[in-house]
Amino acid sequence: MKIRPHRQHPLWFAFILHRLSGLALALFLPLHFYVMALALNAPEKLDGFLHWAEAPLVKFAEFGLVFLLAVHIFGGLRLLALELLPWSGRQKTLAATAVSLSFLLSVGFFLRAI
Amino acid sequence: MSDGLRDLEVTVWRGREAAGSYQRFSVPRQESQTVLDVIAWIQQNADPTLSYRYACRVGMCGSCAMTVNGKPRWTCRTHVSKVVKGDRLEVGPLRNLPVIKDLAVDMDPFFDKWVAAEGVFHPEKSRHDPIEPVRPTSEQRVVADRGIECINCAVCYASCDTVSGNPDYLGPAALNRAWTLYNDQRDGDRRGILDAVSGSGGCHNCHSQGSCTLYCPNELDPLGSIAGLKRATVRRAFGMEG
Repeated sequence: MKIRPHRQHPLWFAFILHRLSGLALALFLPLHFYVMALALNAPEKLDGFLHWAEAPLVKFAEFGLVFLLAVHIFGGLRLLALELLPWSGRQKTLAATAVSLSFLLSVGFFLRAI
Repeated sequence: MSDGLRDLEVTVWRGREAAGSYQRFSVPRQESQTVLDVIAWIQQNADPTLSYRYACRVGMCGSCAMTVNGKPRWTCRTHVSKVVKGDRLEVGPLRNLPVIKDLAVDMDPFFDKWVAAEGVFHPEKSRHDPIEPVRPTSEQRVVADRGIECINCAVCYASCDTVSGNPDYLGPAALNRAWTLYNDQRDGDRRGILDAVSGSGGCHNCHSQGSCTLYCPNELDPLGSIAGLKRATVRRAFGMEG
């Protein structure tokens, strides 16, 4: 998919990252609640799932999930600051900081997991 | 004289929005040539029926904005060498505005929104009142001054995806104007401005993509102005009117 020329700049990428991470988390949450519910309704199924969740590929997917969560939180904090705190013109820097912190957090999670 | 440079391959939008297409022209390249020079050359030497708009040619009037290689630009101050891709240049009308013909768009919706955003000065004194001094260094005036050099070129409006998605959205230029007036101590209806910009097509539609600030040829910051309006409306909602 080609990104149209007028969109090729950091703050648009920050916008689309925030939207897509939000969408992905919204899709993930029902699944998450379903698995949580297994603890009450079908503990043996939950054990099977947790065993499956130890697989390396799933761990890697969890790294992606933590990144999405972190980037949505930090990106959201940037937007709240943009709208409610005294204006700062360094929005590109702030967006880059949000992504960097998210990488730091999710890579930290990944290194602990493996 | 083309100084030995290769000719430009220019594709230019012809016709209306729905029933139009890009037409190819070969234009001699020159040193320090602007995109507006290229369009003028085509109209004067290749096809006199080409429609486009310009006036001052020095970046003051705001009438020559077009889409150049996919990005909105003021064409009189855009050098070909800065935007050309190989030898190719694609010039189209501004986005988000109805195309009248070729490169000329109907600016009415753009200016209607300035009025809808209360982007007009609201006087409250007459000639019999003493002139109110405005301190240029006051915080309010400094904020207002940052946004007043707008030339109404609609580059920000054409770059904004929120305008594309919501035709009722007032857009960056009108909201920037409203913000400068909100910070003008002489304006007599600052509450009215906040009412006008906090409705359904108002400042809270902005998704903070920042294309307006990135492409503004006068280096204004409509994104910051809109954030200012958002702050002001939130302050008012919590009864903290400033």
